[in-house]
Amino acid sequence: MHKLLTDSPGEKMLLLGNEAIARGAIEAGVAFATTYPGTPSSEISLNLFQISNESDLYFEYSTNEKVALEVAAAAANSGVRTFCMMKHVGMNVAADPLMTLAYVGVKAGLVILTADDPFMFSSQNEQDNRYYGKLSGVPILEPSSVEEAREMTIAAFDLSEQLGEPVILRTTTRINHSSAFVALGTIQPRNTKGDFTKDPFNLVAVPAVSRRLHVRLLENWAKARSIAETSVFNFIEGEGSWGIVCSGVSYNYVSDAIHELGIQNKTRILRLGLTHPTPPGRVKDFLTGCEKVLVVEEGEPFLEETVMAFAQKAELTVPIAGKDETLFSRLYEFDPTMVRQVIATYFGVDDTPSQVPDLSDIPEIPQRPPNLCAGCSHRATYYAVKKAAEGMETIFPTDIGCYTLGFLPPLSMGDFVICMGSSVSTSCGFSKATGKQVIGFIGDSTFFHSGLTGLVNAVYNNHNFTLVILDNGTTAMTGHQPHPGVDMANFNRSGYGRISIEAVVRAIGVEHVSVIKPYKVKKSIEAVKAAIEHKGVSVVISQEMCTLYARSLKKLNVRAFQVTDKCKNHRDCINEIGCPAFFLEGERVQIDPNACVGCAVCAQICPENAITPVKDKKAG
Amino acid sequence: MQTKRLIIVAVGGQGNLLASKVLGEAALLCGVPVRMSEIHGMAQRGGVVESSVVFGDAKSTIISDGEADVLVGFEPLETLRALNKCSRETTVITNMTPLPPFTVAIGRGTYPDLNQLQTLIQAKTKQLIAFDAVELAKSAGSVLAVNIVLLGALIKTGILPITKENLQTAIRTKTKKAFVDVNLKAFDLGFQLPGQA
Ligand code: SF4
Ligand code: SF4
Repeated sequence: MHKLLTDSPGEKMLLLGNEAIARGAIEAGVAFATTYPGTPSSEISLNLFQISNESDLYFEYSTNEKVALEVAAAAANSGVRTFCMMKHVGMNVAADPLMTLAYVGVKAGLVILTADDPFMFSSQNEQDNRYYGKLSGVPILEPSSVEEAREMTIAAFDLSEQLGEPVILRTTTRINHSSAFVALGTIQPRNTKGDFTKDPFNLVAVPAVSRRLHVRLLENWAKARSIAETSVFNFIEGEGSWGIVCSGVSYNYVSDAIHELGIQNKTRILRLGLTHPTPPGRVKDFLTGCEKVLVVEEGEPFLEETVMAFAQKAELTVPIAGKDETLFSRLYEFDPTMVRQVIATYFGVDDTPSQVPDLSDIPEIPQRPPNLCAGCSHRATYYAVKKAAEGMETIFPTDIGCYTLGFLPPLSMGDFVICMGSSVSTSCGFSKATGKQVIGFIGDSTFFHSGLTGLVNAVYNNHNFTLVILDNGTTAMTGHQPHPGVDMANFNRSGYGRISIEAVVRAIGVEHVSVIKPYKVKKSIEAVKAAIEHKGVSVVISQEMCTLYARSLKKLNVRAFQVTDKCKNHRDCINEIGCPAFFLEGERVQIDPNACVGCAVCAQICPENAITPVKDKKAG
Repeated sequence: MQTKRLIIVAVGGQGNLLASKVLGEAALLCGVPVRMSEIHGMAQRGGVVESSVVFGDAKSTIISDGEADVLVGFEPLETLRALNKCSRETTVITNMTPLPPFTVAIGRGTYPDLNQLQTLIQAKTKQLIAFDAVELAKSAGSVLAVNIVLLGALIKTGILPITKENLQTAIRTKTKKAFVDVNLKAFDLGFQLPGQA
């Protein structure tokens, strides 16, 4: 049985924040769940995907976040408790349905999880998604700890039903990827059978209907605000005239800091968990009697501006600060010492900073950047494209996935990336605007996510570029989730469709389509050359299963390669493809037989034919 | 309860997440509150993995510069890189078998001299316990047990509020059945190393 289905209330389990959230959803009786994978949210959906194999929970990996939210909206409007998960930038994709879903509302609880990523551990920006609550009028819950993440997930479903509105559960990486012991609660029965009652004058958002629905949304928002006034998630702690307002993980840093500074009896904390709508009464009560107030929140001054506005309305002149050159930054995540120092500065107390050793005499430490795996087929594809385009002036728009790492030397393939699916549409723009040869890269999962629409645009507007679809049979970056092109038998699941990228591309009307096997270097180079020569949109589909994934499925036949005496030490292998199985021993290039997966790409590019399979030894 | 802060640094695939999980379970058995935080994501592709484990009543799950009571490094270069988390009060435990980053392997960077590395760490912290954990793991029966060898050395220092017995129980219940014996042996080998008692 899946550990998150354990039915023993009170038992304590060491859970990752994401597992605690999945458990909270199970305890809330969630019956329907949708997502597009994205770090730091991925383990929530992974757990629900596994659970759906053992229970009547419906779970799907949707093609993108907009689709995920639309599927979820229908389920929740059929009376089924529904969970929709994404990373912060996924919310941008889902924003279109979100804005109107807030008008239409839901019949059963719908919780939308956004996992924000301050410091961008694995993201392209650090947007603060609390503004989506403000923009859409939807309430936001923000847990401060792993334990609270479980509790709040359940509360979010209840709140959603109480209001008839979707609710945003907003976490940050430090909640998603922290672990703690969580006391399990009771699992509520799942209601999986919904029904839909036709009600077009409330559910079909044409202008005449929406004009009324907007009124309803504002009423709900006011109701949510009065709930926030008494919510147990918004509490005041401690006594004193120094006030601190905080939410999310910042609350932990604040709590630890005031103990370490010994200012418990001088300081009052307002911890907001239901942060939107922010309760004006609560805030006003808190501010009254404060001599000065500090707002501690990562990201944007979301609460700070609200608290200031409330103070102004209540004609309170208490000083309020937060983001400021001398206090907190809008950049990156906070840490305990930094929060303690800012609190000490603001309230004028002594802080004994920890003695960080002088590190000036430490030799330069070589970086350990993430790298495409040994034998990753993307490396082979990039090499083929590079060779095929040699001597041309080229632009390489790329996209989001493991293959983004190809922008690093020695491959240096990747000139522009902004978001999922952008490689295709930016290829349109670059080729039109510059007239240069443009070759875009997109992964298979990303292609289904939002590459398709760009490709339709390219064919329709008769653009001129080559799109290379790196089809490795999985969503590799986030941990090998499936997508519409994947053979679901790999997951022991039946009853799924499977879509051929090649057939889709042809059906759209791309005239030049070729499929390559990137480990066959020469043939691949020829095929890419032919694609580049084609005037108009051409597509090269490069098919080879992700090495890491193939290994985990036991589908990899490993036969390690070695460098023989024929090697003349010009190091073309290292300088051109840089497989991490290579290393230098003295001045000689060697291959680590434990890392090499035997893709044979290096053997094909070595002009001396110095790289050959190891005969007697099986590596692995 | 006094707060103790532990940083574990490793290269992706060295098993530091399992090590923190075992520590966490042992803490539960000892009745010690524990919170952890890990950084993975893009780091999974051969990069650095860092976990923080905070024992005691603190609410934060991350550890600021200079705040670690103990640093455990699974790889010497990564131990050196994490030195900013240490102070003069920190005990450092490190495996000494290098796993050169790819940048070094292909000649684009120099791996620091291991003797110099030890001298530097010794000069800046309270105590350094450095040894070849890979060798000990092999003699316990599997190179994969490096993480558990290091846990042995860690528990030996007595800095964490965790007993040897509870850690052994956690190894029995939280590591793969086929590896329990090897892991218990690996733990003992680490525990027998000189350290504090
Ligand atoms: S996980 Fe797969 S796709 Fe990603 S770098 Fe490794 S082999 Fe390549
Ligand atoms: S065959 Fe060559 S390129 Fe392929 S994994 Fe082995 S060393 Fe790397």
